[in-house]
Amino acid sequence: MDYVLNLWVNLATDLYQLFLGWGLPAWGAKLIIDFVIILILVILGVLAVIVLTPMERKVIARMQDRPGPNRAWPFGLSQAFADAIKMLTKEMILPRNADRLIYTAAPILIVIPALMIYAVLPFGPQAADAELQLGATNLNVGVLYFVALGSVASIAILMAGWGSNNKFALLGAFRVVNQLIAYEVPMILSLLAVVVLTGTMATQQIVEVQSIPYLIVMPIAALTFLASAMAELNRSPFDLLEAESELVAGYQVEYGGMKFAMFYIAEYVNILSTSILFAALFLGGYKFFGLEEVAPVLAPFIVLGKAVAVFFIMLWTRGTFPRIRLDQLAGLAWKFLVPIGLVNLLLVALVVKLSANPWAQAGLLLLGNLIILAVTFLIITLVERRAKSGGAVVLSEAQNLTPAAER
Amino acid sequence: MSVQHAVFIILSAIALIGALGVVLNRRLFRSALFLVLSFVGVAGFYILLEAELLAMIQLLVYVGAIAILIIFAIMLSRQAMVADDKVLNEQWALGWLVAVLLFAALVYVLVKVNWPVVEVAVPANSIQRLGESLVNPNGFVLPFEVASVLLLVALVGAVIIAREK
Amino acid sequence: MLSDYIFIGVFLVVAVLFGLVALGVAWLFSPRKPNPVKTSTYECGLETIGDTWVQFRAQYYIYALVFVVFDIEAVFLFPWAVAYGAEGIGLWALGEAFLFLAILTVGLVYAWRKGALRWM
Repeated sequence: MDYVLNLWVNLATDLYQLFLGWGLPAWGAKLIIDFVIILILVILGVLAVIVLTPMERKVIARMQDRPGPNRAWPFGLSQAFADAIKMLTKEMILPRNADRLIYTAAPILIVIPALMIYAVLPFGPQAADAELQLGATNLNVGVLYFVALGSVASIAILMAGWGSNNKFALLGAFRVVNQLIAYEVPMILSLLAVVVLTGTMATQQIVEVQSIPYLIVMPIAALTFLASAMAELNRSPFDLLEAESELVAGYQVEYGGMKFAMFYIAEYVNILSTSILFAALFLGGYKFFGLEEVAPVLAPFIVLGKAVAVFFIMLWTRGTFPRIRLDQLAGLAWKFLVPIGLVNLLLVALVVKLSANPWAQAGLLLLGNLIILAVTFLIITLVERRAKSGGAVVLSEAQNLTPAAER
Repeated sequence: MSVQHAVFIILSAIALIGALGVVLNRRLFRSALFLVLSFVGVAGFYILLEAELLAMIQLLVYVGAIAILIIFAIMLSRQAMVADDKVLNEQWALGWLVAVLLFAALVYVLVKVNWPVVEVAVPANSIQRLGESLVNPNGFVLPFEVASVLLLVALVGAVIIAREK
Repeated sequence: MLSDYIFIGVFLVVAVLFGLVALGVAWLFSPRKPNPVKTSTYECGLETIGDTWVQFRAQYYIYALVFVVFDIEAVFLFPWAVAYGAEGIGLWALGEAFLFLAILTVGLVYAWRKGALRWM
């Protein structure tokens, strides 16, 4: 029973001992275990697509009062397999005059950073034997690794847009990269707030330190991160790319068959990894009122459960809010999220030095966050009032596009 | 030939192929992509030197911001759409001469100088120590603040120049 | 710590293989019947007008410039954030970071007022 309670670590240790017993050198055994862990993570990524895609379509459909896909057995839940077979067997058309190497390399290049983020996600508590832990690695720069890989994806998108030899694809690629770089700064600022409070960038340590989930302590940082992450993932309400009434399919317009499927896979793999990261940083990761110490075998499932809850919040947002307009997009990032992120960072830094007791820190931070939210609300109300009375418009110049009759 | 040696050779190959691809390629966009490859190679070097913060910064800033800036600048010029440019211009002989001289000078410096070699292991809390030295009044706090002024100057300059469209 | 990065290296190789294998399997199963209509550039069903050149807005470049500056600022803040919580660092570290951020906030406000953050 004890063995099962700590199943994953025990399995890995036994496998390691087995390989050592076969005469493999220590580094060889470690390499094989690493390889197995990587395969499991890749399968997890693919599972992300298989599970999240039908879930999304059914949940959004129910929110919109319609049944959603219900042909694939059972009740439409194996829709992803049907989609996979479809995309596998469609022709991958190579557009005329397209730069063949760039056109083919772009879908591969966009999947690589999406998958590699899984290396820093914490799936369980650190074992007493620090050689093996749940969760692939514990890089000292875990949080920064996540941000850096997210920014590498922009290059792949530009390659896709350029390689298609299509004006609209190129324009779509510019817009998407513009959105990505605009929302990276608020995301980095909110992550910095977490790092200041914890004192380390390693994701495992951030989970360990959270006696109170950071969502309650730092709601502004959590919400800023969630908003920026949704913009980075091209999720609604920031999904200008996927809006069919806009540039059709944006930079993916000339891609068909499996190459298109790779973009699709990359998107959902990214969604799962960002959800897991949000769960780890702000929801306490694998912690569940002490359950993870009693039964570490459940820790990955706790993490995945929280990640699916975050995904549900994203779906809820998608079903509720209208799509944000193109000229409002960058304005929201630079003029709203960045100042709030900066103020929040300074608040966290101030509170960390004011007191060392985690509960006092939590209380002060919560108070500070509420004050910031109140002040922000006040400022926005004042600005709106001034805009209505014909004063200067702050967030977006297009606000006074209402017809004269309505004013 | 240890593992580190082999990895170093692979990374050098990546970085050098990237650099050569930048200058020898006829199409501008492909040159930019080879530049990205070179940046990734340099990031690998930082990891080999156990400077993981610098490696991630290299990926984040160089690949994620500067390479994108360069690609946007390429798109701004209509030249990018014109197919193939010539690889060499008229002064290629003089260019070769200068390059060979520079290479000889660098090799001479590399061989002759007594580079100080430190056999101390990289401390585990190197990022923490870097942060402490950045705020230490006896450390690097002045360059830290001057860097922000430098960034401000760059931002103001960029806004002024770009606005004259 | 370097062993962690061997993991990352192996992961990179496996990720590349994943992409190649996926495309390879699809290459086996997908039909290949190119004809001039299918391979022509997509322009909402019409024939392309003019060559593939876009009226590139300079605003994209300005956003990228502002992003580079703030990216480097954030990069300076990462080691500060890690070292900040330690015992020996007092409130003066906060003051220095505040000065750093204040100078860059001046830049942001300047860009905002000059309209560099507008229009897209």
